Amino acid sequence: MTTFLDNILGGLALGAVYALVALGFVVIFKASGVLNFAHGSLLLFGGYLTAVFHDDLGFAGALALAVLATAALAGALDRFLLQRGGQDAHSAHVQTIVTIGIDIVLLTDLARRIGGDLLSLGDPWGDSVTELGPLTVADSRLAAIVVSAVVIGGVFALFRFTSWGLSLRAAAEDLEAAALMGVRLGRVRAGAWCLAGALAALAAVFLSAFPAPGLERTTGQIALNAFPAAILGGLASPAGALAGSLIIGLTEALVVGYQSELHILGEGFGDVAPYAVMLLVLLVRPTGLFGAKGTARV
Amino acid sequence: MSDRLLGALTRRRAWLLLLAVVLCLPPFYLDAFWLRIGLFSMAAAIGAVGLALLSGTAGQLSLGHAFFLAVGAYGYAWFAGEPGPGLPPALAAVLAVLLAGTAGGLFSPVAARVKGIYLGIATLALVFLGHHVLLTADSVTGGFNGRSVPPLTLGGFTFAETDPELTVLGVPFGAEERLWFLGLALFAFTWFTARGLLRSRPGRALAALRDSETAAAVMGVDVARHRSAAFVVSSMYAGLAGVLLALAFRRVVPDYFSLVLSVDYLAMIVIGGLGSVAGATAGAVFVTALPLLMTRYADQLPLVAAPGSSEGAVGPTEAARYLYGAAIVLVLLYAPDGLHGLARRARDRVRRSRTPATGTDVPPPPQPSADARPKEHTP
Repeated sequence: MTTFLDNILGGLALGAVYALVALGFVVIFKASGVLNFAHGSLLLFGGYLTAVFHDDLGFAGALALAVLATAALAGALDRFLLQRGGQDAHSAHVQTIVTIGIDIVLLTDLARRIGGDLLSLGDPWGDSVTELGPLTVADSRLAAIVVSAVVIGGVFALFRFTSWGLSLRAAAEDLEAAALMGVRLGRVRAGAWCLAGALAALAAVFLSAFPAPGLERTTGQIALNAFPAAILGGLASPAGALAGSLIIGLTEALVVGYQSELHILGEGFGDVAPYAVMLLVLLVRPTGLFGAKGTARV
Repeated sequence: MSDRLLGALTRRRAWLLLLAVVLCLPPFYLDAFWLRIGLFSMAAAIGAVGLALLSGTAGQLSLGHAFFLAVGAYGYAWFAGEPGPGLPPALAAVLAVLLAGTAGGLFSPVAARVKGIYLGIATLALVFLGHHVLLTADSVTGGFNGRSVPPLTLGGFTFAETDPELTVLGVPFGAEERLWFLGLALFAFTWFTARGLLRSRPGRALAALRDSETAAAVMGVDVARHRSAAFVVSSMYAGLAGVLLALAFRRVVPDYFSLVLSVDYLAMIVIGGLGSVAGATAGAVFVTALPLLMTRYADQLPLVAAPGSSEGAVGPTEAARYLYGAAIVLVLLYAPDGLHGLARRARDRVRRSRTPATGTDVPPPPQPSADARPKEHTP
């Protein structure tokens, strides 16, 4: 029973971090129709900055700098590269492939800088643990759950209560009508990219905190597991991304936790379990759990 | 007019013949390094043409190409080798291509229903799940260390160093020289079948599908069937490319068939220009040859350090990746029809400068979508 609860808690923590990343995908997709393949590198960029500056600025200062810088980078990529491609649905496809090119360049550079090192981000939790009844939980996991919940709540409030959120929802509903109502699409888009970048930089902290060994050049690839999470929920739905992330996080944690019973699936199946779940869901619902079934207008 | 048309056709044939002769020359003059670059480029071109059919023509984003390459490569190694049935290698190669097609067909319930970006991510799943299977199914795939690939034999002729010993025009024909001609033959097959397919009825139906799914469906194109058919055909080309790659490498390992490889193939068709066979070929040569050439000439290039030199320096592989990552971005933003489009525009400009007064007498290239629609009346 303790193992089970342990796995559930681990899954929740993992899901909370995935949610930060998946929410970034969704925000970008809602605002621009682009699936951002460069998200993993943005995450790595944020993590790398935190790792480099935490000695001089302290953890909080370095994190703040990393979040701002990653947000600025994401916003600039959108404003100065992607938005040259136009706003309609076809160019969104092209821009999706452009993000793959951006990812190759960014990832190559960061991987070259990091090399084979394991970078510490200097987070305050270290390897300390807390006793919760029968469970022993790493503080970093609790922090991941709490911080993610607060931040995600904040993002949902942004959507709901600010004029930017209203513009974003209007633009996602109907680009042309929104533009005619005076929504500045370029700004709303760039804002969404900034937000997603900031979330990615934050997620990097928890992905490289204990029990993970630290920031490696492959840390960005873990963000790829948030793809299934975002797709699972339906790319255009923030609530779906949240649900998808929790499903993916729990699946991964449970598969890893009960690996000995699941040996028929092969060693290391936990790494690919999110994709198996996603394929199953896509078979039944091709646009995800919460995705609206699009109707085509002739 | 007809005379001129005939003249143009003969001239076209003559060019093609000349090209074929030129492509047959390298084994007699170049060393194994260059032949290997050519071999990998040809294999990549076959795979890229398959992806171009799917992504460029049918408008389906696929990141799963590495998976189908792996099915082809491992399929051949298993069918022809030990452990495995040990079939004649030529038969094994055909079976491997069919196996890749079957894998594509099995995925078609997803491929037919899921579209665009969703399909891209769904095929991403194939790469990860496939890699996992390659690592864990030891008895078939040899696990992490992979398995060796038996050489291809065709009617007593082996595509390897010996058996029979062969010297043509004073040049000893080793594995590279022999495989070069095999690759050339397979590539010619791919080139002509793919171009034929694009101009046929199904090809036009696919183009219509890409331009507007609704319009195509109204005109009587069976959307789901054409989508999954495009996926199957594309996987078969990938399987063929996989077989050729396996023969060139002589060993297949799981880590080669990773997401990076899928992205490479996507880069090839994007840089070459979506939906064109010639463009996909050009892109394949660019993406394949660039890192190999940069590695070879690293010491002569500015800003590039030799491989294995001090930490933090820009190595040749990295420099190649910077270049082609940037190439994807620049091509898509500034020349969306890629190398293919750049070449066409240059050709048009030359023609226009030659015949300034009358303008071009060549009709504009047909818009696939425009003439596909009237032909799709029959249900």
